[in-house]
Amino acid sequence: MIRDNSDVLLSVSGLTAEVEETPILKGMNLEVKAGEIHAIMGPNGSGKSTFSKVLAGHSDYSVTGGRVEFQGQDLLELEAEERARSGVFLAFQYPLEIPGVSNLDFLRVAYNARRQQQGLEELDAFDFDELVREKLDVVKMDPSFLTRSVNEGFSGGEKKRNEILQMALLEPTLAILDETDSGLDIDALKIVANGVNQLANEDNAIILITHYQRLLDYIVPDYVHVMEKGRIIRTGDKDLAHELEARGYDWVLQDAAETVEV
Amino acid sequence: MAIQVSDSGASNTSAPKRVDRREALQKLLEGRMSLDTASTNHDALNPFSTIRDRAASEVRSLSLPSTRDEEWRFFDFSPLLEQEFQTVANQDLGVTKTDLESFDLPEARGCTLVFVNGHYASHLSTADELPDGLVVTNLADPNFLAAKPTALSGYFDKQEGLESTFTTLNTASFADAAVIWVSQNVVTAVPIHLLFVTAPSAATPGQKGLAVSPRCLVVAEHNSVITLVEDHVAIGDGTYFTNSVTEVWAEENAQVKHVRLQRDRPDAIHIGKTAVSQAKASHYTCHAISLGAKLSRHNLEVFQGGEETDTTLNGLTVIAEQQLADTHSLIAYNKPYGSSSQVHKCIVDDKAHAIFNGKVNVPQAAQMTNASQLNRNLLLSARGRVDTKPQLEIVADNVKCTHGATVSQLEADEVFYLQSRGIDATQAQDLLVYAFAAEILQQIPVESLRRTLSRRVETLTQSKSNP
Repeated sequence: MIRDNSDVLLSVSGLTAEVEETPILKGMNLEVKAGEIHAIMGPNGSGKSTFSKVLAGHSDYSVTGGRVEFQGQDLLELEAEERARSGVFLAFQYPLEIPGVSNLDFLRVAYNARRQQQGLEELDAFDFDELVREKLDVVKMDPSFLTRSVNEGFSGGEKKRNEILQMALLEPTLAILDETDSGLDIDALKIVANGVNQLANEDNAIILITHYQRLLDYIVPDYVHVMEKGRIIRTGDKDLAHELEARGYDWVLQDAAETVEV
Repeated sequence: MAIQVSDSGASNTSAPKRVDRREALQKLLEGRMSLDTASTNHDALNPFSTIRDRAASEVRSLSLPSTRDEEWRFFDFSPLLEQEFQTVANQDLGVTKTDLESFDLPEARGCTLVFVNGHYASHLSTADELPDGLVVTNLADPNFLAAKPTALSGYFDKQEGLESTFTTLNTASFADAAVIWVSQNVVTAVPIHLLFVTAPSAATPGQKGLAVSPRCLVVAEHNSVITLVEDHVAIGDGTYFTNSVTEVWAEENAQVKHVRLQRDRPDAIHIGKTAVSQAKASHYTCHAISLGAKLSRHNLEVFQGGEETDTTLNGLTVIAEQQLADTHSLIAYNKPYGSSSQVHKCIVDDKAHAIFNGKVNVPQAAQMTNASQLNRNLLLSARGRVDTKPQLEIVADNVKCTHGATVSQLEADEVFYLQSRGIDATQAQDLLVYAFAAEILQQIPVESLRRTLSRRVETLTQSKSNP
């Protein structure tokens, strides 16, 4: 929801980044305010996923220029775990399997790390168990998932739901969902989208990275951005997503090229 | 698929260092106690003197294997060549139950046999609350041989593959043996703890290291179910050489769960043999955990002798510093419809060196075999070393056999995933290393041991994972 007087949560300006000396991001600019939902779309290789990993602090990506402020703080100075504890959350496109670590233990460690940062008391196993069972409902997950190893043997849909469960527990200020819709059938997509909608409120913000307009039928964005060659080349409202779905990306790319020439 | 035949010991008689290796082995043989002094109860041991003497005369014609032998290619024999070792008589070393408290398994209380330096320690053992049909005792127990006259004629030292050099040396040197005998149709819920304690400092004379030859015989008659924990530990400091042999007989439809735990002191040399014979429709599971010793070797050999036989081998090696740990396994199929599943994992830090060689032998007769083998290695340092060799020898044409071996470091993506949930990098690495091990540890069928080992492995690997 766009409101004029809401706080700026994320401000990205002139961000450039590379992976293994190949420049990927070439001047990203983006401002996200509290309460807003942004969708970032664009063809393969345009830098969408890189952008999400740079925001979350993956060490394989090195920032070569520009600024990222999160709630007025220099985000790029923080380690990945500090960003997470400060309220930045990345839902992975391919959540990793961690055999040998129970989902419940993993969620509790993550949850308590965030609590500690907020100056709150950590929850013991018993209290946490109660809390997590409440949150399971957000993504319609079976309690048996808690005792299994993190993501091990989970289907694609179950892994994505597990990501949203983590989001529900960590209550991030900024959630970045990296192709959370990919590989989901329509039922799973509805569950995931419904979960995200329950978690969105006027104090937090969500960045959806997606290839498909389909997800945006269920999570309605306030802004739709198109990325190409490491930059945002066009910004519109939810209708832009429909237009992209109908016409593809070529016309946007062409428009952008002409704009540059002028 | 290439078929490899190798025989150990005898094949290297023409090697240039023959004299040294021969002498070294003969010295190890000389270091054994004569039966008269090995036990205070030498009458009871008389039945074994023939067995020991026969093995001793075999050893006299053998040499220590060398790294020229394919089976021992990566092994480091120097600690065995540099020092002399001596077995010791059964003496009161003042070992008390308190000394062994940290090795206690609550589940096996009332069902624990303790051997100190190869000798049965009755005052430390408790095997008095056994269900009918379960015998847990030492081989020198005269009542046992009276009750099970076939133990020596049909089982003891009767396994296939027992002829290798170190096994023969054990047979020539053993002072006593642990015996577990479960009668047909007897299902035991309580695990049996066989605790082999080495106490080097108190026992060893002069500059010599202590030699110990632990021995086990496990017979599970048909339809029986049993869980045993074979546990090699030490108290006090000092160099010692453990050369152990365990024979397991799983008769028709028997289920044997076997935890083999090597948590020796850092100065130890440990060479161990586990030889298993499985009859039709039997299930054998081995959880082999190697944590200690500067130099260790586990030879694990399973012979499937009947149809629909099932074997599960789980292995975990956690080593650091200059440790070398070598696992050589063999699953020899012989009949149709057999299956096996093997997962062996190694965590290698510092300059440690892990070796895995996994043979699976599927002859023509073993049609419809279903065998899987996986060896995964986690290298935590740039100087660690792993040698892995799956060795599938398949003749039968209608079988399903898979194998895989991986050597890797921690994945940056995995660490990042945990970091992105607020877990710091060091903790994330520790968690991932632990999780790598936990996959094996979680399958250990004794809860207290599972917890103890989890903590131990956590301590061994924690924040050592930092570059």
